[in-house]
Parts: sequence; C-alpha cells; structure tokens
Amino acid sequence: MTSAEEASRPFAGLSDVSIPDIPVEGDISLPVASSARDDEFSTLDEPVKETILRDLRAVANKFVHVLYPKRSSVLLRDWDLWGPLLLCVTLALLLQGGAADSNDQGGPQFAEVFVIIWFGSIIITLNSKLLGGTLSFFQSLCVLGYCIMPLTVAMVVCRIVLYTASGKVSFAVRLVVVTASFGWSTFASTAFLADSQPSNRRGLVVYPVFLFYFVIGWMILTFSP
Amino acid sequence: GNMSAGSRNTEPWGGFDDNLIQGGSSAVIDMENMDDTSGSSFEDVGEMHQRMKEEEEVSAEAAAAEDDGADDGEFLGMKGLKGQLGRQVADEVWQAGKRQASKAFNLYANIDILRPYFDVEPSQVRSRLMESMIPVRMISFPQKVAGELYGPLMLVFTLVAILLHGMKTSGTVIREGTLMGTAIGTCFGYWLGVSSFIYFLAYLVNAQITMLQMLSLLGYGLFGHCVVLLVTYNIHFHLLFYAMWLLIGGLSTLRMVAVLLSRTVGQTPRLLLCGMLALLHMSFLLYLHFSYHQILEGLLDSLEGHNMAPIQRVVRDVPEVTLNATVCGLSNMEYAQLHAISAS
Repeated sequence: MTSAEEASRPFAGLSDVSIPDIPVEGDISLPVASSARDDEFSTLDEPVKETILRDLRAVANKFVHVLYPKRSSVLLRDWDLWGPLLLCVTLALLLQGGAADSNDQGGPQFAEVFVIIWFGSIIITLNSKLLGGTLSFFQSLCVLGYCIMPLTVAMVVCRIVLYTASGKVSFAVRLVVVTASFGWSTFASTAFLADSQPSNRRGLVVYPVFLFYFVIGWMILTFSP
Repeated sequence: GNMSAGSRNTEPWGGFDDNLIQGGSSAVIDMENMDDTSGSSFEDVGEMHQRMKEEEEVSAEAAAAEDDGADDGEFLGMKGLKGQLGRQVADEVWQAGKRQASKAFNLYANIDILRPYFDVEPSQVRSRLMESMIPVRMISFPQKVAGELYGPLMLVFTLVAILLHGMKTSGTVIREGTLMGTAIGTCFGYWLGVSSFIYFLAYLVNAQITMLQMLSLLGYGLFGHCVVLLVTYNIHFHLLFYAMWLLIGGLSTLRMVAVLLSRTVGQTPRLLLCGMLALLHMSFLLYLHFSYHQILEGLLDSLEGHNMAPIQRVVRDVPEVTLNATVCGLSNMEYAQLHAISAS
C-alpha cells in the first residue's frame, strides 16, 4: 500500500487537473447493515441442535411476519433462502402428487413449479432493480419467497377439500380460499417491497408481483388429483 | 470497454510522467464520449452513458496509478529480497481484488445500461397502452416511437399467462411443462423474432427505425392481442372473436403500420414492410386463438394413438382379408347387376 501511495503522489495534483468537476461516486448502496451483530458471540462451540433450532426459530419468526405484515425490517435485515426453499418444495410436492396419480398427465411437474417460482422471483427482482429500487437482490428474493406462504397454506386446504368434498361446493370453497391467499400474498409482498421503491413507480413494481402470484394461485385452483 | 480503456491508458502513463500528456489522453477520451453520445437518439440515455463513461474513466485512472505503483515497487524491491517478496504478494492480492471489483462493477454497469429503457411513469405506460390502439394518420412526417422496454416485457409476460389459461381451459391435455415452455417460447419467439425480421426488412429498404423502437412498437402492439384473447378464451363465441379480431387487432395493427409508413420512403418498400407486418400480426392472433391448442391436441393424439394403433390393426387385419374377399365378390356382383340394368 505504501508504494501505491508513493506512486500516486505525483498524480495527486493531476487528478484535480484532468477531472475537475466529476464527483467520484457510485451506485452501490447498503440498505441495512448487519455486520456488527456477528462478532459479539462465537457460535463455534455450541451444540448443533442449538444452531439448527436458532435457524428454525428465525425462519418461523419470518413466517409470522408474513402472516401479519406490519412494516418491519426483520424480513429484510436477516434475509435467508431456507424459508423460500422449504415453501417452494412443499408447494411443488403438493402440486406434483396429483400428476403422479392420474397417469402422469395434466398436473404441473415438480420442476416446473420450482422453475416458475425461482425464475419469476428473479425476473420481478430484476424489474424492481431496473425501476430504481434500493433493495438488494437476495433481500427481494427472500421477501418474494416468504410471501408464497399463504398460497402454500391454500394448497394444503385445497387438497383437504378435494379429499372430502366434490362438485360445485368444493370449487366454490377452493375459489374463496385461493383468492383470499392470493390477495394476502400480494398485499404482504407489496408491504415489504413498496418502501424501497420511488413512490411514483409502485404500480409498475406491483404489476409483475400480481401476475406472479396470480399464475401460482391459478395453478393451485385448477389442480385436480 | 472498461478494461481496454485501462490498458490503453497505462502505456502513455508508464512512459511519461508529464502532466501535459495526461491532459492530452483524457481529452481524447472526452472526444470519444462525445462521439458515442451524439449517435444516441435519446437524451437521457446519452447522459447516462456519458456519466458511466466518466466513472469508468476515473476508475481506469485509479487502476493505472496503482499499476504504476506496482512497477515502482518492483524496482525498489531490488534492494532487498524480503521487500520484493512482500510486494509481489501484495501485488497479487491487489490483482485478485481488482479482478473481483471489476467483475462486480461490470454487473452493476450492465444493470445500469438497461436502466434507461425502464425509466417510465405509470401514467406514461397507461397512455402508451391507449395510444397503441389509436392509429395516427400522419404519414408525411416521422412519428415518434418511445424506446422503452418495461411495457412490452410486461405485455409479453401477460400474454404468456393468458395463453396458459387458454390452453388449460380449452381442455388441452398435455404435460404442463410443455405447456409452459410452449407458451413462453411462442410469445417471446414472436416478439423477438418478428421484431428482428421487420428490423432486417426495414434495414434492407432503408426505413428509419431502430431495433429498440421496433421492439417497443411490436411489444405495445401485443396489447390488443392480450385483450382479445383474454375475452375470447372465456367467452366462446366465434362471431365475437371475429369482430374483436377485426376491430381491436386491426386497430393495433393499423397503428404500427401507420408508424412504419411515416418512417419509410417509396411505394414498394412501404408495401413490403407494412404488408409483411400486418400479415404476421393479424395471423398470429388467429393462430393463438384457433390452431394453437388444436395443433397441440393433434400432436398429443398422434402420440397417444401410436401405441394403440398396432394392436387394433392386428386385430382388424385378420377378418379384413376374408371380409375384403367377400366385399370384392359382392361388389363385383353388384357391378355386374348394375351393368345389366343400365344395358337393359
């Protein structure tokens, strides 16, 4: 480093000459810092059970935040992708079951649900970045993944309803459940995402989110074992 | 661009320590910037590019300065082996860090390059959606086309969702993965393929339109398709579809044709370009509504029927031989009888 400083000394005056009025600034933003917390205690010598339980508690805590979407930054500060992975795999497995029963036809495949959820999230995230959002890539993925939870719950309810009832009553119940959970998902994700956007462009960011959850909700509604 | 600028700058910097030379090289870069931005048709895009170029310039200067520092360090390191080793390690660490940083910078730069095309307000998108249905009869002067990709991309994704819905409700029994892939492939393929094709034609006949404008124009043209398909996939009524096809599809096609007409000179080029675009756009809507799921169903039927056909044929073949003989005999007899009747 000293040599670098020595070398840049002859150019110290030069930089003022060649670029007089250009502010040296970038576009990199750190929305919420989380570094100070980590070096307070060491997790090297604690039992594995404790580590796993702590992580599970963190995931469960975030589930609660999605179910009761008040404007807090917990979901944004400590982002993780375990919850989204769990929800995504559960949803894909539940949607897959019907396809295996009925001659491997008609139902969505496991891989397809997986790909729709992850690529859809990535496209929405890129879109919000391009529109000028300040959220980081993985924070946005985390929020979108956790907000699938109402739809996963709706899927579980739908399977139970499909086992017990059939016909128009079953469809009506499923329609109500899926519509409610779709609205819930959209509302929760926009509550988290909207703050990071310029206020005049919220509609543009919300539209792909709406479309994303709509397609997933529609897949759940049209699912039949 | 970033790396090449850096390497270009290091040579004069390594050779001379003169302030005048430095000023000269940066002036050259400024000239390049001006050349780059003068070609752009959008002011804000130009500004963005210029700002980014300037940032790159700053980082390139810093990198060059550091490179210089490394050289000096090696020269000084001749005095002691220890110092040289330390400097070499530091140099390698610096190189690795620089590579990482430039990679991260490139990622951000790529997002920044695309950002101007997504620089819209909701009211602008709304008005552009409305305008995509209103053909303007102004052919003497080139009409404005906004180069923007947010609306077109969202319309294509909407069309994918509508197509999926249509396939599902039309009773298309096919693997869902193929449905999804087909829907995405069709919509993006049409948008990108037809845009490039028309752009190529426009290039051949010397029409004044850029690829970005073509993408935006055709993308907003898909709004009519979305509306028509959303209605007619839910209300199965052929007359309604034909009316909407002519009215809404026709309006959005007319709008694109009018824009292309205003940007082309000469009768034959106009006829070629606009005829091709109108034909493709109108027939794409017909294709999506009618033959899309039917073709898929047909494919599936042929696949399904494949394993059933040989069994049936084996069963049918045995009686057919004897049956054929009797039928032949019967028909021969009938033919003879007919002949006799007609003769008499």
